Amino acid sequence: MNTPLRRVGLVMLAMIVLLLANTTYIELFNADEYRDDPRNQRVLYEEYSRERGRIITADEKIIANVKATDDQLQFQRTYANGPLYAPVTGYYSVRYGATGLELTEDEILNGSDDRLFVRRLSDLVTGRDPRGGNIVTTIDSRVQTAAYQAMTGNDFTGAVVAIKPDDGQILAMVSTPSYDPSGLADHDPDVQEQTYNKYRDSNAPEKPMLNRAISENYTPGSTFKLITAAAGLADGRDSDTQLMAAPGIDVLTGEACDPSDGSTRCMSNYNSRTCGSGETASLETALELSCNTAFAQLAAEVGEEKLVDQAARFGIGQTDLTIPLQVVPSCVGSRADGNCMDIEDEPSLYQSGIGQKDVRLTALENAVIAATIGNDGIRMHPQLVQKVLAPDLETISEYDPEELGEAMSAEDADELTDMMILSENNTGGEGKRDDIEIASKTGTAETGADPKNTPPFAWYVAFAPADDPQVAVAVVVESRDVAATGGKLSAAVGRATMNAALARGN
Amino acid sequence: MASPGPAGPPAQGSEQPGGSAPTRRGTELAMLAFAAGLMTGALMLVEVNQEQQLTMRLVWYGLAYLVLFAVAHAAVRRWAPYADPLILPCVALLNGIGLVMIYRIDLALTERFGSDDWSAAAPKQVLWTTIATGLFIAVLKFLPDHRTLSRYAYMFGLAGLVLLALPGMLPAQLSEVNGAKIWLRLGAFSIQPGEFAKILLMVFFAAFLVSKRDLFTVAGRRVLGIDLPRARDMGPILFAWGICVAIMVFEKDLGTALLFFGVVLALLYVATERFIWVGVGLTLFAVGCVLAYQLFGHVERRVESWLDPFGLYETGGYQLAQALFAFATGGMFGTGLGAGRPDMLLYQANSDFITAVIGEELGFIGLTALLLVYMILALRGLRSAVAVRDSFGKLLGGGLSFTLIMQIFLVVGGVTTLIPLTGITAPFLSAGGSSLLANYVLVALLLRISDAARRPQTGVKPKPVAQAPIAEAHTVMVERPS
Repeated sequence: MNTPLRRVGLVMLAMIVLLLANTTYIELFNADEYRDDPRNQRVLYEEYSRERGRIITADEKIIANVKATDDQLQFQRTYANGPLYAPVTGYYSVRYGATGLELTEDEILNGSDDRLFVRRLSDLVTGRDPRGGNIVTTIDSRVQTAAYQAMTGNDFTGAVVAIKPDDGQILAMVSTPSYDPSGLADHDPDVQEQTYNKYRDSNAPEKPMLNRAISENYTPGSTFKLITAAAGLADGRDSDTQLMAAPGIDVLTGEACDPSDGSTRCMSNYNSRTCGSGETASLETALELSCNTAFAQLAAEVGEEKLVDQAARFGIGQTDLTIPLQVVPSCVGSRADGNCMDIEDEPSLYQSGIGQKDVRLTALENAVIAATIGNDGIRMHPQLVQKVLAPDLETISEYDPEELGEAMSAEDADELTDMMILSENNTGGEGKRDDIEIASKTGTAETGADPKNTPPFAWYVAFAPADDPQVAVAVVVESRDVAATGGKLSAAVGRATMNAALARGN
Repeated sequence: MASPGPAGPPAQGSEQPGGSAPTRRGTELAMLAFAAGLMTGALMLVEVNQEQQLTMRLVWYGLAYLVLFAVAHAAVRRWAPYADPLILPCVALLNGIGLVMIYRIDLALTERFGSDDWSAAAPKQVLWTTIATGLFIAVLKFLPDHRTLSRYAYMFGLAGLVLLALPGMLPAQLSEVNGAKIWLRLGAFSIQPGEFAKILLMVFFAAFLVSKRDLFTVAGRRVLGIDLPRARDMGPILFAWGICVAIMVFEKDLGTALLFFGVVLALLYVATERFIWVGVGLTLFAVGCVLAYQLFGHVERRVESWLDPFGLYETGGYQLAQALFAFATGGMFGTGLGAGRPDMLLYQANSDFITAVIGEELGFIGLTALLLVYMILALRGLRSAVAVRDSFGKLLGGGLSFTLIMQIFLVVGGVTTLIPLTGITAPFLSAGGSSLLANYVLVALLLRISDAARRPQTGVKPKPVAQAPIAEAHTVMVERPS
């Protein structure tokens, strides 16, 4: 009987080997798929049990931290000054996922990034719980705070973006009204849900969770005249080139017309004024006074192809820009056909030349335009992350400034800067300082189907100091006042932001 | 210095009588201490990972465990001094890991469902372990010779049949839990009589086959060069097959049916040394599978959720899918004890799916180690069966060992989708009193057989009648002991 007993023993061995082989097969070939299955919430819980890295400003203020909790999700995200930095950090929620840097830098923050691999191994050996790496942003808390307070102090809805022209670092990115991501990071699902609902759709028509700096694009109005002017300069014109001074221009023929006769074909200057005092107006005067007819004529003369090309050189139409947050594309034409860089017809070209019709820019894009002019025509990649630090604060990687090409020649940029200085001198509002020369352009963008009775978007784009730019800024305010203009509303916010940036001392 | 004998053999234990065969009880004690150490360490890890502080509960569970196995060890020393030294430590280790996991799953399920909807299983399991140890000791004490069992074989067989059939006959409110009619609900607690029936029937089959084994070796007709058994010798296997089908139909218990049939097949093969019985058995098995799949909805559903647990996630595949997620998330080294998510497996995390929790928290390595412990346990049992001198002991020992591996194969194979899920519990690991009691009896019998195998034959020779035919004998007749 012993021989069959031994054979039964072999069968038993074979059964165990079969089990091990099957488990090995699962671990080798299916484990990755199973781990990443959305129905497998273990990975999520594991992520929450790891000490998430911090998000820090360039001046070393911690804006997203963690605190240890005594529940199963061991660490809770905290936001020291939630609404101020929400457009930068985004939120990190068990239930609603993540946005902002919490989303794009998640692998660093949760410690799973390959660059942290060696440290994870050493954590394993030393028995430490693995921790996430830290993100140092380019945001400066003083600039961010100045911009945020300037906006909320006036109860403005809109966005502010401040960029360092020479390397593209974003010093401030503000969107108002804002929201506090702290409630969304709470471990109590009810608190998360209440917070989320409070900020959502019907409960919050002012859309506090919308990042107006990069996720919304606005009609740029007169600030787009910088593009038209740059296209004109590139096409051989200069600041003395004479343009139409008439109060109105016929968008079919390009002839002067009288806005008071009520024709819808007659596009007029602000308040139907004549541009300057002469028969014609120079390009310089037209920009200084922001004359619509002159720029409409210039756009038509330069032509669609060159205008669109100039816009593209400034980054308009770029669909894959990340900072590393995803930025919605800016456009010159209708986005109905998927390509938003086509101006549909001649009348549209006149209107596009002054930033109306289908032209849409994000606040970030408009700040990039100002920064590019201030940086001798060289466009830099805008960037929100300065450094990635390991859990032990050792630098893992650092942002290198990246040139995105020459938008205009240095001479043309200088000439345009001089015109913007004149424009700034013609713009009212608070915050001007004698010791700092600013180059700027305002815009009052008509919106809606009935523009005369709809409050406009008030724009202000600028850089300072004009001769050696340290900061470029774009401000957009969704005004509630029908009669508002860019100068009155936005310029003060922009100047406050730039003054804070210049006061940093570097 | 005081010792006069310069070249004496090293002392192995006080109760070693002649010095010819070491009892190895010292080894057993050392291995038990090792198992206790492992269990306490595991419990501490759970506490640290779960609550970040060490509570008094740990001391109580640890103490209860130590006392239990100290008593069991003493009983083995007293009544089965020559028993295999590794069997009890293996059981202790498995039971200890089981207790830790059940306690750990209690924490997770209480957290998830609240203490109103989840009553802790660990205290019950400690209680059942205590009772099981009592039963274990009783078997060792009152069964000095396993051959005694063969005298009552037919009685055991009848009792086994009754126990097996009982839940199927009773009304559902007395016997049905979660769709399986395998329970006997007696007031506050319930038992699964099938667990005990398994052992009783195995005793019967072993005794029956020993007495009738030569009948089964008579060749019948020769077809295509294969000696088929005679048709009338097919009785026992058809009988066993019929019982299994009945279990599936009336009690919806796939696991017990499979287990029972597998063990009968193994016994038949060992007793007759003829492969043809395996062939006949597998053919019957295949027919049974096809019939069950065609006729019974619950079998069909099991097979479907086995084939595509992710596709049927909402309708029956949930737990299997979560078990696979658990293995995948555990990976090679596991998440660590107390750091996994057993609550995702819902209420069956501590019974049918306990090996999935182990796979998640201890990883592939932990699961492998666990399977190897079962392997060692079963192979030690088989070794005793090979070494024991009587045929009944050989057959019973082999059958008991095979049962252990068969159970763990059905459990782990089920949760890793190697085979369809059969709803069987892992011996010594899973929460559940009946399984624990039955498996402790099983181990007591194995220890009894191994004690007989290793006990030096001194003193009076046993009467020839009491000695079963040796393996090589060709004698047909067995005298019935009077």
